[in-house]
Order: sequence, then structure tokens, then C-alpha cells
Amino acid sequence: MSTDTALEPGTETAYVTAGRKGRRRRDRSVDPIPWWQWVVGIAVAIYFILPTLFVIPMSFGGNGSFQFPPKEFSLDLYVNFFSNPKWIGSLGNSLVVAVLASLLATVVGTAAALGLHQLTGRLSQFLRTILMVSMVTPAIVVAVAVYVSFLQWHLVGSIGGYVLAHAAIGVPFVLVSVTSALGGFDAKLLRASASLGATPWRTFLRVTLPLISRGVLTGAVFAFVTSLDEVVIALFLRSPFFQTLPVQMYTAVTVEVDPTIAAASSLVVVTVTLLLLIPLLVRRPKRR
Amino acid sequence: MTTTTAADAPATATRQGTQIRLEHVTKDYGLATPAVDDISLTIEPGEFMTLLGPSGSGKTTTLNLIAGFESLSAGTIALNGADVGKLPPHKRDLGMLFQNYALFPHMTVAQNVAYPLRERRMPKDVIRAKVQAVLELVQLTGRDDNYPTQLSGGQQQRVALARAIVFDPKALLLDEPLGALDRNLRGALQAEIRRIHREVGSTFVFVTHDQEEAMNLSDRIALFNTGRIEQVGSPEELYRAPETLFTARFLGDSNVFELGTGVTGSSAGWQGATWAVDPGTVSTHPGVLTNAAIVVRPEDLGITTTAAKAPAGSNTVTAVVTDVEYMGSYRTAMLALGPSGVTGRARLDAFDSTLSIGDEVVAHWRPERQRIVAA
Repeated sequence: MSTDTALEPGTETAYVTAGRKGRRRRDRSVDPIPWWQWVVGIAVAIYFILPTLFVIPMSFGGNGSFQFPPKEFSLDLYVNFFSNPKWIGSLGNSLVVAVLASLLATVVGTAAALGLHQLTGRLSQFLRTILMVSMVTPAIVVAVAVYVSFLQWHLVGSIGGYVLAHAAIGVPFVLVSVTSALGGFDAKLLRASASLGATPWRTFLRVTLPLISRGVLTGAVFAFVTSLDEVVIALFLRSPFFQTLPVQMYTAVTVEVDPTIAAASSLVVVTVTLLLLIPLLVRRPKRR
Repeated sequence: MTTTTAADAPATATRQGTQIRLEHVTKDYGLATPAVDDISLTIEPGEFMTLLGPSGSGKTTTLNLIAGFESLSAGTIALNGADVGKLPPHKRDLGMLFQNYALFPHMTVAQNVAYPLRERRMPKDVIRAKVQAVLELVQLTGRDDNYPTQLSGGQQQRVALARAIVFDPKALLLDEPLGALDRNLRGALQAEIRRIHREVGSTFVFVTHDQEEAMNLSDRIALFNTGRIEQVGSPEELYRAPETLFTARFLGDSNVFELGTGVTGSSAGWQGATWAVDPGTVSTHPGVLTNAAIVVRPEDLGITTTAAKAPAGSNTVTAVVTDVEYMGSYRTAMLALGPSGVTGRARLDAFDSTLSIGDEVVAHWRPERQRIVAA
């Protein structure tokens, strides 16, 4: 830019100012971020973290007090959480359901993404929309529908019912993330693999899956987390013998006023945050 | 030499390599004309056969049909006499080279090359030995642990070549493998492919739209035109003895005199000139009898100042020089031939600087050097 302007002797002053501005920008290597964007950004971030900033200190506040700021430091709530069968049992239920549901959602979602990747045109769009519908439907609508149909199929209150319902709401996450991973996938590799003697299944295991593994893993983590903190469907499906952690937390607030919920919330927040960081930690094979 | 070929190959395979026989092969996508329209072609064991043609002529579709990536609409494909038309690609045992290399980006060079051997469940030490041997053959030793993205385009294509031949496939199919490389590298890899064909001795089927590449590499060329094979023959046959105007125009430069009528006797007329016809130069294509053209290669066309100076017995036509191009090792005179000024060219000696633009000259050639083709 500066060389072009320098060739015209008549625009001396214009060159000086333009040059100075240009240099400042080049030093930062990106356009400078105006101060008000910083302000908005930080405000939004605080807004999101704020509940956590209250609930985590409260979880260390001891058994009797359910208040902020906590009067004393105690691990009582955590002891209670891990010793009371109501809490630890529902955590176990939640984990089992989340693991099975995310596995099922990952298999179905990945298969759907691969299949839809091959299809083109309206049919593909239509099927994609069908699979995504649970994402945009209000949770209560899905929950009622699940409840009504599961009543007939005798799946209410059973682990299978939870797994099926949670897998269904997890599929869209897997579908989206695997589809985007397939965007950069070279279909010629499938032909190359076939010409080298690999069956379609072997090709999937050795070529396709490794190359879309990030997408699959991301989808699986999102499906897992979605199941782990899903409460509306779980409320409908609960039975006296089987309930998940979110349902137990809901009961703790609305019925029992049990301060252990602070510990439970803190554990869920920390666990989910760590889980969502997993895909970031998985590196692609070293390339340079 | 692999266990699979021994079982499948019938006793007819005496020479090394595999015979590929296409009979009435058709691929119809339901468009106005079939992509591949009733093609019959026999590729002999160990032969380097090039499928040449403009884009959309069906050459790549034909290769994909042989590989099994497309299903036949009609016809049969046989390897050494065994029908493979219904086999999926991974059971055909054919190596394939792609234009964009198609190397597995998450595997090293060694892992890429070992891929077909691992799929065949060979022992580890055999795999290691074969990988080393084939990397040596393509002159890529020492790059085992590199990932494809760390290699240049030419090196990547060598890896792909190594991967496609390491399992001793029945034949190697090459789908414009040099298309993505720059000119110098293309020449080097052409020589490499020719050498490897000699050393491996198996059947190669090469697809390209580059006539120079086809001429340099092939034992035989099958020239494709709108889903059909226009002509099959050695590069020299196609260049010196084309049957049709399409073939003459597609391979090399030519001066074309379209007669508008058939050629039957021992002479032919074009825009007032009458030329002798050597019966040996007349194509056997039936189209010659109804609508023929005379083709003369630039290197067969001589230039003199007057008709009297042309060698006795040669055919002549008046011409105007429109341009002279200096090509280093030769010069090309661009000509406007005959009364209607048909564009033509003659190859001159590099030191011949006597012609200049606007000169009125006489172009001449020997009747046995012309070719009468179907227009």
C-alpha cells in the first residue's frame, strides 16, 4: 500500500497518515478490538459464570446452612452426596443412562451422517430435517410424546426407556458434528481403499473413522452431556425405583429443600466442563 | 505370484500380466447418449494401453467400469477370461492411481504402502520387506515415517504408485495420474512410469487427455470420441495412419483439406487443384467413399517459391505465409492454404529464415505421405 502511494508525489500528507495507521495495524496483526466490545464480552462472560460463582462456594458451606456467603468451610455436603444412596444412586443411574444413550446416539448419528453424505437432493434434506427435529421441538412436547408412547410400550421407569429417549435427543448433535467432519473428507480415499483390497467395513474402520474421529468424539461428548443434564423427559419417565441425578436435584429443591444440591450442582458443572474440553485435547495426527 | 492370482487365473495366462477383455461394454446414465457406448477392446497381458480422448468422451468411465467403481449397463469385462463384471472393486485385485494421489493423510508413507498388504493379512516381516523393496523401486527410500502432506506432489504420486503395485495386482489402472503435476515433473514421472512398467511387466491401463503423454508412454492407444472408440493402434499407427479426421486432428498438428466428396479413384480434387492419390494412403474406413479429407503433417509439407520448383510427382497447393514462429529447434510457418485460405502449418529448418509474412509460396508434399481419412 505504501509503495503505491509513494509513487504519487502529490499525496505526501495522505501517505504519512495512511502509513502510520497501517503500521499500527500490522503490529497487532489483526484489526484492533474496540473497548466497548471488550466490555460487552466480559459482561456476557460474567453473566454466564455468575451462578457457578455462587453455587460452588455454597457447596462448601456445611449441612445446616443453605446461604451465601457461607458461614463456615465444610465438606459435609459432599460427604452427604457420596454416602446417601438417593444421591449417589441417582448419579450412578445418570451415568449409566448417559453412557448407553450417547453410545447409541453416536452409532446412529454417525451412520446417518455417513448415509446422508452419500445422498443428495431433497430426500437427503428431508431425512436430515427429520433427524434434527428433536433439537427444535420444545422439551415438554418431546417429553409428553415420549411418555405417552412409552406408557404403551411399558418402557416408563425402565433404564431402556431412558436410554432410548436420551439417545433420540442426542442424535442431532452427533449428526451435525460428523457431517461437518465429513465436509473435509476426500471421497476418493474410499475408492483408493477399495482398489487396495479393503472391504467397505474395513475401509470404514481404517480410513473413514480415523479421519472423522474428532467429529464423532465431539458428537458423543455432546450427546453424553445432553443426557446427563436432561430433566424434562426424565421427570416423566421416573419411577420410585429409578431416577436420574437431575430429577433427584429437582426433587431436592422443590420437595425436600436438601442443601446437598449445591454439592451435586458443583460436581455436575465441573464434570461437564471437563468433558466438553476433551475434543480440544485430541490432536489430529502430527502434520506440518 | 500372490496366492489369490494363482487360484483365480485360468491356464490361458501364459505371459506375465493379465489380459483385460471388454465386450460390448455400455454405461448409460439415462442421458441423451450413453457415457460409454458398446465398446469392445482387448488389452493384452503386459501391455501399456492408453485410453485417450477429450473430456466427456467416456475414457474415465471405462476405467471406472474396469475398476468396478461403476456398474455395467450392458456387456462383459473379463480378466484373463474370468468375468469380473459383478465383482465389487475390492475383489478385483487391480491397482489404481488417482489424479489427486488419494493417499491416506493419517498414515505415514510406510503405512500407506503397507495398507494393501495388511488387508491381505501378510506376515509383518514380509510386509516390511515388500514395502522397502517397492519404495526403492520408486526411489523413495528413507521417507517411510513422513506423512503425505510433508511430501511434494511428485513424491506423493510415487508413494501412491508404490502402494498400487506393492501387492502385485493383476493390472494397474492410472486415472490421469500426472494431471496435477507441473510440466517438468510430469516428464520425470512419465519416464518413471515407463521404467516401472518395464520392470514390473504387468498390464497398465492409462487414462489421459494429453496426446503427447499418450504417444510417449503407450504400446497402444485407444482413442475415445463421444462414448465410442474411434481407433485403436500403436502411437505411430494413429499418427501416421489415422482412419478419421477426428483421430488426425486429435494427435499432432495436421493440414486438413476437406474434399466434401468421397475418394474412389487415383486422384482427388480440392478447390481447383488435382492431386495424385496413393492407394496405400487411403483409409479403409467406409466413410472415405462418401466424404473424405486429405491430411498432411506439417513435417511432410515443403515450401517453394513456384510450382515449377516443387519436386516432380508431388502434390502442390498455393499458400500465403501468415506468420513464422521460431521454436528453437525448428521454425513453423503458418500458412493460408489454397484459394479459401485454410489455416495450415509447415515445419521448417531452424536456420531457414528466408520466409517472411505475406510471401506467396507453393506448398508441396509427396502423395505417399498424405493420408486420406473419413471426414
